[in-house]
Amino acid sequence: MADLTTKERYKIERHSMPEQDALARSRNFEEVNLGYTFEIAMEEAERCIRCKNPVCVAGCPVAVKIPDFIKMIAEGKFEEAASILKEDNALPAVCGRVCPQEEQCEAVCVVGKKGRPVAIGYLERFAADWERNNVKIIEPKIPAKTGKKVAVVGGGPAGLSCAGDLIQLGHEVTVFEALHEIGGVLIYGIPEFRLPKEIVKAEVESLSKLGVNFVTNYVIGLTETIEELKARFDAIFIGVGAGLPYFLNIPGEQLNGVYSANEFLTRVNLMKAYDFPNNPTPMLDVVGKTVAVFGGGNTAMDAVRTSLRLGAERAIICYRRTEQEMPARVEEIHHAKEEGVEFKLLVAPLEFIGDEDGWLRKVKLQQMELGEPDSSGRRRPVPIDGAIETIDITAAIIAIGNGSNPIISQTTPELIVNKWGNIIVNEGNMKTNMMGVFAGGDIVTGGATVILAMGAGRTAAKAIDDFLKNPESW
Amino acid sequence: MNKIIEARFIGPDVKLFRIEAPKIAEKRKAGQFVIIRVNDTGERLPLTIADSDTSAGTITIIVQGIGASTKMLNTLNAGDYIHDVVGPLGKASHIENFGTAVSIGGGVGTAIAFPTAKALKEAGNHVISIIGGRSKEFVILEEEMKQVADEVYPTTDDGSYGYHGFVTQKLEELLKSGRKIDFVLAIGPIPMMAAVAKTTQPYNIQTVVSLNPVMVDGTGMCGGCRAYVDNKPVFVCVDGPEFDAHKVDFKILMQRNKMYLPQEKESIEHFNHVCNYDKMYDAEAKKTNHEVTHG
Ligand SMILES: Cc1cc2nc3c(=O)[nH]c(=O)nc-3n(C[C@H](O)[C@H](O)[C@H](O)COP(=O)(O)OP(=O)(O)OC[C@H]3O[C@@H](n4cnc5c(N)ncnc54)[C@H](O)[C@@H]3O)c2cc1C
Ligand SMILES: Cc1cc2nc3c(=O)[nH]c(=O)nc-3n(C[C@H](O)[C@H](O)[C@H](O)COP(=O)(O)OP(=O)(O)OC[C@H]3O[C@@H](n4cnc5c(N)ncnc54)[C@H](O)[C@@H]3O)c2cc1C
Ligand code: SF4
Ligand code: SF4
Ligand code: FES
Repeated sequence: MADLTTKERYKIERHSMPEQDALARSRNFEEVNLGYTFEIAMEEAERCIRCKNPVCVAGCPVAVKIPDFIKMIAEGKFEEAASILKEDNALPAVCGRVCPQEEQCEAVCVVGKKGRPVAIGYLERFAADWERNNVKIIEPKIPAKTGKKVAVVGGGPAGLSCAGDLIQLGHEVTVFEALHEIGGVLIYGIPEFRLPKEIVKAEVESLSKLGVNFVTNYVIGLTETIEELKARFDAIFIGVGAGLPYFLNIPGEQLNGVYSANEFLTRVNLMKAYDFPNNPTPMLDVVGKTVAVFGGGNTAMDAVRTSLRLGAERAIICYRRTEQEMPARVEEIHHAKEEGVEFKLLVAPLEFIGDEDGWLRKVKLQQMELGEPDSSGRRRPVPIDGAIETIDITAAIIAIGNGSNPIISQTTPELIVNKWGNIIVNEGNMKTNMMGVFAGGDIVTGGATVILAMGAGRTAAKAIDDFLKNPESW
Repeated sequence: MNKIIEARFIGPDVKLFRIEAPKIAEKRKAGQFVIIRVNDTGERLPLTIADSDTSAGTITIIVQGIGASTKMLNTLNAGDYIHDVVGPLGKASHIENFGTAVSIGGGVGTAIAFPTAKALKEAGNHVISIIGGRSKEFVILEEEMKQVADEVYPTTDDGSYGYHGFVTQKLEELLKSGRKIDFVLAIGPIPMMAAVAKTTQPYNIQTVVSLNPVMVDGTGMCGGCRAYVDNKPVFVCVDGPEFDAHKVDFKILMQRNKMYLPQEKESIEHFNHVCNYDKMYDAEAKKTNHEVTHG
């Protein structure tokens, strides 16, 4: 396209994401969003007015050079677009799919002031996918080796981005992962229909090609302690995620059929229980049944949409506030609704009721209304006297968040954590109280986002590099 | 991938494996377990580390083939590989010199009790071991137990060997005879552990059981292994597996372990089907080879 004026750019409507038909997709595990074609991507890219002072960049936690990569897409230079992205974001194919763009880069986009913002996330996804599918020969720049060794604990987004930066700085990097696959929540939590596992695997493979050493089935704290790692490595990054599910602490939670979202999603995603018995990990049979999911975040949306795909007749979100307060990405809520998920808002579970053999049969729900704002500024839900309803359900999935996993803190008494078990770090450089030990991601912040975890991994990588160059500086 | 160094049946459907896992051998303590996956689609199976040899870099696990995954594991032999082995998981047994300690194992539970019995002996206890089985061939590890315990009493339900009766009856007999018992460890089927807890309660003897809920990750991430102790939920994989027997809600444990009964049935049918198919295929392949070599 010839050079457009700003006015002309404003006239172009935002391009919607081609997606699988809602009814069809609600019963399969294939990706919902199909991705822009290159024609659509190039047209969407023309909507960016190329601000001199691009506020979108400030809205991105890792400061992706947004107008620059979008300009490359507009010019059809997709490979260049991807390499600009990768300068700031190790996993653009992932972030393009799962970032809450409407709260970050797209929230502040100038074009969004008058109409709808530039589809930064969709374009990011497009460029990264294009590169993965079309650029066969990746020639990793092999940097000069520094001879320093770094251990990265945990193979989630925080650990992967830290490992990616450190290897490119010439350090020797080993990632230790407790599970049998690398990827953290990207593998065991976020479902295939939102983030195909093949994408995560491709990213891990490209890190492998750069020389990152991956060790799976290795639980730091138990197989080897942080103290022991310190003797073998010059620096350590801890990115073990949150991952200790909260329960509601209401009667009946022991009943068969009550799951944490982590367990439910791990069985389906990591262990592929949807393909039982070819994959021998079992899952409760929910075909034709009712599943209730408690929570309003991305995890809850993933669980409820997974229930539909496993054949549930009714899949219900039960949330104690209103849709406005739901922390899930807007796109997920929208997709869930299209697929037929029911939303019960302003309800809180009081009790799970089972039969005499211990199987879940019903849940008792308390109706709520919004009262005065609480410390988070959101209006606090308060129970409406006597407004109690009981519904028949076969499975209940609890998605109200995660506490911190205790294995590292219990086996590393020297490491300082707060009362929730989160590791305390210096925010600017991710240093913990132990010399040479850094931490970042959900284990520091509590459950947050992929991009924040990656940003933390990246900040730590830089600080680790500084430390390795000058250990006296600690 | 971990290599199997030794594999042999030590009872009906009960197989002992010695597996290469140097790091785990070095770190593990009595009471801890590993999670294994037999192949790349395998279920994550928790199995107690029965023993280890740090100089050979091996751990020993003893497996009862009760469902598809354990039966599949039990088809492997020395020289084969296990796809994943992770550990040591869980907390180590609390070991001290209690005085006289009784270790009770029912069925394959004897294998789980063995390492702790050994550690109790090393800590200076007088160790009495009661090994239960339905009948003679289900009594396992008697010789090994004799190496680490001061007294060993095999019991069988049908009287085909040793004491005729349940392990709890033997325990009751010891208690009634006036023996001073300071500590009891009981591991086996849930009804057995519940019965031991009931037996020792009136005597106020510190009693520990090792729980075996259905697990997935084994690292505290999923909460599927939750059991109820003192009316509070615990995650057995990180808070246990050993707990105060007098506080465990065995009814809930038993109920939760039945969660996948229909799927387990389907799984074993699938396993048998695949297994038979493999046998047919092998036979077919042999025939073909035969023809090739001789034809
Ligand atoms: C279902 C679900 C959906 C989500 N959806 C979104 C979304 O759409 N957008 C978004 O931005 N965010 C989303 N999130 C949040 C996001 O996934 C997390 O914030 C992010 O993954 C945190 O990254 P991390 O690297 O800190 O930890 P994790 O991804 O949790 O990875 C930690 C890794 O460390 C391993 N580990 C733990 N302990 C040990 C140990 N002792 N030794 C070795 N390894 C260990 C774990 O097995 C894991 O693989 C979602 C989360 C969930 C659960
Ligand atoms: C900490 C711990 C230590 C154990 N140590 C041993 C041991 O040393 N030797 C031994 O033979 N067995 C041990 N078990 C039990 C063993 O894990 C189960 O027998 C095995 O998982 C059954 O799998 P399956 O597919 O063959 O049988 P299935 O037919 O699937 O199940 C049979 C029964 O095993 C239990 N079970 C099923 N899946 C799991 C699972 N993923 N995790 C735990 N239990 C499950 C359930 O009670 C079920 O009813 C231990 C269990 C735990 C939790
Ligand atoms: S990484 Fe996330 S926030 Fe940053 S530009 Fe990409 S989609 Fe937006
Ligand atoms: S704020 Fe919007 S229009 Fe401006 S540079 Fe960023 S994406 Fe383009
Ligand atoms: S097995 Fe998942 S928390 Fe224990």
